[in-house]
Amino acid sequence: MAGTLTRHSSAAVHPRYERGSATNYITRNRARKKLQLSLPDFRRLCILKGIYPHEPKHKKKVNKGSTAARTFYLLKDIKFLLHEPIVNKFREYKVFVRKLRKAYGKSEWSTVDRLKDNKPSYKLDHIVKERYPTFIDALRDLDDALSMCFLFSTFPRTGKCHVQTIQLCRRLAVEFLNYVIASRSLRKVFLSIKGIYYQAEVLGQPVTWITPYTFAHDHPTDVDYRVMATFTEFYTTLLGFVNFRLYQSLNLLYPPKINGQADTELKPAEGKEYAMDSESYLEKLSALSASLARVVAPTHEDEVEMDEFPVEGETAEQMDARKKEQEALEKHKKLFEGLRFFLNREVPREPLAFIIRCFGGQVSWDKSLCISATYDVSDPSITHQIVDRPRVEQQVVGRYYLQPQWVFDSVNAKLCLPVADYFPGVLLPPHLSPFVTEQEGDYVPPEKLKLLAMQRGENPDEESEEEEDEEEEEEEDDNDKEEGEEEEEESEKEEEMKLKKMEEQKTQSNKALPVKVTAGKLRLEDKQRLEQEQQSEEKRLAIMMMKKREKYLYKKIMFGKKRKVREANKLAAKRKAHDTAVKEEKKKSKKARRA
Amino acid sequence: QDIRNTVGNIPMEWYQDFPHIGYNLEGKKIYKPIRNKDELDMFLEKMENPDYWRTVQDKMTGADIKLTDEQVDLVHRLQRGQFGDVHFNPYEPAVDFFTHEVMIHPVTNRPADKRSFIPSLIEKEKVSKLVHAIKMGWIKPRKPKDDTPTYYDLWAHEDPNSILGRHKMHVPAPKMKLPGHEESYNPPPEYLLSEEEKLAWEQQEPAERKLNFVPQQYRCLRAVPAYSRFIHERFERCLDLYLCPRQRPAWVWLTACLSQVNVDPEDLIPKLPKPRDLQPFPTTQALVYRGHTSLVRCLSISPSGQWLVSGKDSPPRPRHSGHAGHCWPGPTSLGGAVPGPGPGPGPPQHATICLVAICVEQSVLLVNPCLGDKLLYGATDQLLESYVAPEEERVQPVQWVTATMEEHGRGVRLVVQHSKAVKQVTWHGKGDYFASVVSDNSNMQVLIHQTSKRWSQNPFRKSKGLVQCVLFHPIRPYFFVATQRYVRVYNLLKQELTKKLMTNCKWVSSMAIHPGGDNIICGSYDSKLAWFDLDLSTRPYQLLRHHKKALRSVAFHKHYPLFASGSDDGTVIVCHGMVYNDLLQNPLLVPVKVLKGHVLTLDLGVLDVLFHPTQPWVFSSGADGTVRLYT
Repeated sequence: MAGTLTRHSSAAVHPRYERGSATNYITRNRARKKLQLSLPDFRRLCILKGIYPHEPKHKKKVNKGSTAARTFYLLKDIKFLLHEPIVNKFREYKVFVRKLRKAYGKSEWSTVDRLKDNKPSYKLDHIVKERYPTFIDALRDLDDALSMCFLFSTFPRTGKCHVQTIQLCRRLAVEFLNYVIASRSLRKVFLSIKGIYYQAEVLGQPVTWITPYTFAHDHPTDVDYRVMATFTEFYTTLLGFVNFRLYQSLNLLYPPKINGQADTELKPAEGKEYAMDSESYLEKLSALSASLARVVAPTHEDEVEMDEFPVEGETAEQMDARKKEQEALEKHKKLFEGLRFFLNREVPREPLAFIIRCFGGQVSWDKSLCISATYDVSDPSITHQIVDRPRVEQQVVGRYYLQPQWVFDSVNAKLCLPVADYFPGVLLPPHLSPFVTEQEGDYVPPEKLKLLAMQRGENPDEESEEEEDEEEEEEEDDNDKEEGEEEEEESEKEEEMKLKKMEEQKTQSNKALPVKVTAGKLRLEDKQRLEQEQQSEEKRLAIMMMKKREKYLYKKIMFGKKRKVREANKLAAKRKAHDTAVKEEKKKSKKARRA
Repeated sequence: QDIRNTVGNIPMEWYQDFPHIGYNLEGKKIYKPIRNKDELDMFLEKMENPDYWRTVQDKMTGADIKLTDEQVDLVHRLQRGQFGDVHFNPYEPAVDFFTHEVMIHPVTNRPADKRSFIPSLIEKEKVSKLVHAIKMGWIKPRKPKDDTPTYYDLWAHEDPNSILGRHKMHVPAPKMKLPGHEESYNPPPEYLLSEEEKLAWEQQEPAERKLNFVPQQYRCLRAVPAYSRFIHERFERCLDLYLCPRQRPAWVWLTACLSQVNVDPEDLIPKLPKPRDLQPFPTTQALVYRGHTSLVRCLSISPSGQWLVSGKDSPPRPRHSGHAGHCWPGPTSLGGAVPGPGPGPGPPQHATICLVAICVEQSVLLVNPCLGDKLLYGATDQLLESYVAPEEERVQPVQWVTATMEEHGRGVRLVVQHSKAVKQVTWHGKGDYFASVVSDNSNMQVLIHQTSKRWSQNPFRKSKGLVQCVLFHPIRPYFFVATQRYVRVYNLLKQELTKKLMTNCKWVSSMAIHPGGDNIICGSYDSKLAWFDLDLSTRPYQLLRHHKKALRSVAFHKHYPLFASGSDDGTVIVCHGMVYNDLLQNPLLVPVKVLKGHVLTLDLGVLDVLFHPTQPWVFSSGADGTVRLYT
């Protein structure tokens, strides 16, 4: 009786699902109703304010006992949206559109003009500030913004989205590129089949973005451009502010001015093809060949030597390492210093010009290709000409003719690679991703090994077949080593098997007890092996005592490790097969030649 | 014939379904002309009638009318955009009435209105309304030009206070995965997919694929085409950013592991004392006792450790053929069979009694093995014979029968006949009492017997579920009853339930108690072993999942801090289970040895484990018909 009573009263005090996690979350539909917004408006608001759904810990509890699939937002987030001034702007805009449509319908043109004059607009400044209270936060989130802006800037100026947006994206992207050139902060580049990846280190933060290859897009139909446009709206605001701040940090003028603009004004003939001044200005800027004007004229004392403050608890070795790293970085930044490049017209101009300028090289191109080319093909001081043709008809003595991959590989290798592999028409060495850092046990392609050796300064490169052969042999050795490691891993299992066998033998011998004594063999007990056995057994026993979830995690990690090893082995085997096939081919061709 | 439309200008479809249109003055229906031409007639008419082209149907009357020449002309003119009237001349010479000649008199002599001299009132009203609205700020004549620059230094004053709780709670979206070698336009040859791999890739669901593209090799940069899914991928990223639910991980280092920040898996392994330091414990198989032809269900050992009893499972035989299942040390002498589902012998521990209880089908046999000290087993016989039947017969749940002479010769002293098959029998520490479990659903499942008084009682009034096994507390008057999921602890003196232990297992199979009496282990068929600290809680102190299959039996050692569990996977796992006298210190459980040896038969492995009473040795009996001793 008492029991039932208490249960009843507790139910009266705490009905189910009215406190705890059930009240912390809200479904999307309910949130929409609470905000009194239509679904597109709600989506826009969420995108702009950076509100995302949350996965509750106990979904069933939050879902009030139901297991239906629903997306949940935090109630706090939605309440936070309630006070957003932009919501009102949305409504104003809706009213504006309604009025405008009405005026159009009645052909009241003066009203239309007046309404258009008073078109409500909103700014996203406060949202940027709110989402990224510090500048570093904004930098950390710059990847998607940059990729999006670079994509939008390649869109055609028709349909899909507003022309102003595309122009703005283009402008911001060019500004950012100019900043990266000015600060020399580019670190890695990668030619992928999707596009070109760049990674820059902006104020200590790695910023990665991808640009598509410059071809016309065939616009897919199953993509909602409104969503992308909303993201872009926010990203352009963010990127504009970030650009401003970045330019300020380098004492550059913003909006950027090309250094020595007076000169260009003197000879306006160059910009004649462009109807508008502003257009030619943006083009010049996007040519990426000129340096930018500074607020304060740069003096050579600018580059102050960094004072060294020993950090507490840092050993001399660590300091040395840091110093070395710093030096390597400085060297990397000046990779192309003093080199003069010329880009042939079949080469993608913008990425190459950007990369070369980022590392201090000088670059030019054909005058008819783009504005503000600085020197001509015939210039004798050109050291490298980037060519992407099977062969070059008229070669000028005194310069290297190279394929564009050389620039990319050199940047990633942090040194100017030997040019022989990259001559026009030569089969290029594989282009490796600089974003992969192989850990122990991972598969490392042999080209990477070679590169690492070169970075350590071990292999003075001499092109001779013998050496190559040797290298191949070395590679094989490496493979052998890897296999050896595998064997070690397998040896444990083998040991177990042996143990089992021994036990079986024992039992069998027991079975055959009817007494028969064989001469005992002196078994030399391998102490090390015994030790290992014991250790592995201890480990197995300890694993038995793990907590359930730790065990789960441990198993997962071990599974992952094993899979990795398997994959690495697979790759190595594939490579080996490929190499032998190539060798066979070579031999055959040699024989054919001899015959 | 003057058929006119009498209904007026109404939508004629109202009369669509009627044969008439309106009524005449007499109130008769005016019928529509009969229209019964089918398509063929229409076509023939079209071909044959020369006036077909100028025949139209009058909707008002439904009659066909042939247009006259004038009417056709009119239609033509209208079609050409000319005036309907033939005689109308649109190009008559204009008479420039007002400006042609200067006249001395005005054309109209009307004086100008007064309102043309004074400002308009209506306009004034409208303007004043607008002015008022402007003054009140209701309308703005022109939106004020926003003169703040579009971009400025937004983070000029970074305020540490502006970092709110929501920023700390923010779960940043994971960054896009960086490309690997396989995404290169010119990857090393091993990253290219072979034909089979490509086929497999194509057959996979897009969500299942490890790579969302097929690696490809191009000879030069010039040959690289545009990536057709570029916009798609950006779009999917956008969707992920605003639609994908994010979760704040409670267990931070789990995510650290999952996000591939290196957590050494070795760190996860708990640091346990080395088994070497916890010796002695059984490590190797020393002896195998053979002789049984089928499963060896159960084992028991004499207090001195000199004699071992094992019970075997076999197809039921006639009872009289021999039911003294006992076993002497050494694998040579095995007598009869012990039929029945679960016989459980248990020797008394008391120093003055030497008895083996054997359950055979529905009865429990008390056997004096007549081994060891002659004084001892003589005393036992004396004790049993000294029984004096009480004067008034008491109602008992079982029947106590003295053994016949023949049986007596074999050692059987007493037969306790139950109503149903007996599953288990267990002795009290004193040796006078023993408890038996009957496979039954009623309250008669557990019975407690007193040997000296030949008296049995049924302690429970109600059944609390299927009893798996029972156990006496070694020191205190407690009685443990394990049902499928719970272990109930009863106080025999006060005759009440003291505790109910939740095992967190699905089906308890066996139970053993620490000689100290404060700790219990329960083995279960869902391959778990639960260690209870009775002082701590009614839930397991630790749940050990060491075995891969169902646990059949668990045992504690009497002196050493050891316990063992035998399971269907054919292994016996010996664990170090140290219980400290200090109540604050929790027991230390360390697995020390996995003993293998039993061969799986019929999916059964080890059926019973038992420790030697004095030595750190463990006996195990298995389904392969052997008993093994590990030392």
